[in-house]
Amino acid sequence: MSDSRIDVKKTYKLFIGGAFPRSESGRTYEVKDSKGNFIANPSLASRKDLRDAVVAARGAHGGWSGATAFNRGQILYRIAEMMEGRTAQFVDEIVALEGVTPSVAKKQVEEAIDLWVWYSGWCDKIGSIYGSTNAVSGSFYNFTIPEALGVVTVFAPAKPSLLGLVQSLAPVLAGGNTAIVIASEKYPLGAITLSEALGTSDLPGGVVNILTGSPAELAPWASSHMDIDGIDASGLSTAQEKDLRIAGADNLKRIFRFKEAKSPQRVLSFMENKTVWHPIGV
Amino acid sequence: MVTTAAALTDGSLASIKGFLKTLSPVDQVGADARAAMLATRSIKTASKKWAIDMAISMIDLTTLEGADTDGKVKAICNKAIRPDPTDPTVPHVGAICVYNDMVATARKHLDESGGGDIPVAAVSTAFPSGRASLEVKERDTKDAIADGATEIDMVIDRGAFLSGDLEKVYSEIVYIKSLCGDKAHLKVILETGELVTYDNVRKASFLAMAAGADFIKTSTGKVAPAATAPVVLVMLEAVRDFYEMTGVRIGVKPAGGIRTTKDAIKQLVLVKETAGEEWLNPGLFRIGASALLNDLLMQRQKLTSGHYGGANYVTLD
Repeated sequence: MSDSRIDVKKTYKLFIGGAFPRSESGRTYEVKDSKGNFIANPSLASRKDLRDAVVAARGAHGGWSGATAFNRGQILYRIAEMMEGRTAQFVDEIVALEGVTPSVAKKQVEEAIDLWVWYSGWCDKIGSIYGSTNAVSGSFYNFTIPEALGVVTVFAPAKPSLLGLVQSLAPVLAGGNTAIVIASEKYPLGAITLSEALGTSDLPGGVVNILTGSPAELAPWASSHMDIDGIDASGLSTAQEKDLRIAGADNLKRIFRFKEAKSPQRVLSFMENKTVWHPIGV
Repeated sequence: MVTTAAALTDGSLASIKGFLKTLSPVDQVGADARAAMLATRSIKTASKKWAIDMAISMIDLTTLEGADTDGKVKAICNKAIRPDPTDPTVPHVGAICVYNDMVATARKHLDESGGGDIPVAAVSTAFPSGRASLEVKERDTKDAIADGATEIDMVIDRGAFLSGDLEKVYSEIVYIKSLCGDKAHLKVILETGELVTYDNVRKASFLAMAAGADFIKTSTGKVAPAATAPVVLVMLEAVRDFYEMTGVRIGVKPAGGIRTTKDAIKQLVLVKETAGEEWLNPGLFRIGASALLNDLLMQRQKLTSGHYGGANYVTLD
């Protein structure tokens, strides 16, 4: 190969409904590495892209929440497999953006991959551990079962960029929800590469939708959107979260912030308990 | 022009055939490009609100399923009268479109529920294939009119059209039109998805208009592709030209595949830019749809409330 070869640069795009479109607005913005050098021009998603993502996520919800928990677990595990093959790419991006050493970056990637495996195991256990059989005064069986909430929007912590994203996204999916991820504005490359791994993970189109751009711009629209059921606000400032809660009050949006990376409570937060009465002896 | 107009209106098949031979072929690439160009127009805020209300009032709210029941038909009648129960400023739809045996149910329910001014359209003449004898088609049409349908959506015999038997197509339309008389409007479904070329669409449009159609309609909704923008463009050009020749305005009804507000607004832009503003009313332009209405309502709610709605906030049927 001669020195004169021109690099084939990647166009950084959104991930909506299993496809990789540009922003409908045509906007992009600059991402710089930790030293301030230009590194990429990802799409700057608009509220219309958000709305399209909600339509995709809502459309995918029936299939994903209706799939067997075991099948969802297999697919989350498959995501870990697909990420493993892209470890080097994730490491390079984290090193460039966050300015950490390769070994620190590698540790973050491995933790993120292992976290998928951890949450994949929860898919078919959450119901049996947190569901219950309730004693009632009548000839009925009475069961309570946690079920998927619906469409959840994820504002993941900016740093550590990949691990923060996975610890917000994986529990949402494990509970059977479909998700819209608003990637960190400053460190979006991990989310974009993750979308490419998700695209080859047997994950049905629309179950995860990833938007790059400005969380501050999209947050109010996400919060007032009647067809988004929950928000993981871990990546927003407390001031932004306050606005989010005001805008989401009308539609009773479930808004949470989390600290622990690994907790079944993160899965349960985006589930609703359904209680079923069944007559005994019929 | 006078001779052309005569060819279209003197009722003789020979002169119409002669006229169809003089039709220039459709520039397919040009039609596609023009339709695509008009689709890029951005309609926002006040114009969008106007367009949404106009589109709602143009909808032929349709249910054409083998699984239709009285209950479902009554439900869509309720929706036709008051599309958004939470907002009385939403206009009622253009018409209800149902199968023949549901006409009586729909008419009765509309009349009893304050929808007396909403017409019922019946799909007729062995819809959707049209593969039946003329006797069957006649009975089908008479039944619908007797039950209270004031709009008849008939299908043309595409097999006859494609094999060149224009006489059969023409005479059927003329005959069904005679059954409609002054009791019902006649919409002629060309089923453009089966006509293959734009040239055929143009030809079939003129044939139907000359035979007495009050409306020309793209599709049954059972065949894909249905109401694509270029096809609607070709049909709108045909009604415009027909008006210039004869002074008679024929309506257009795209049906099938129009599911979003964006699609509907694109259709309105096509109408305005091709046929003209006179066609921007439910008397001359209708949209055959079912799912579209909910999307229009959601967009309307967005304009009113400032935030995006969801399918859980509009009625299902």
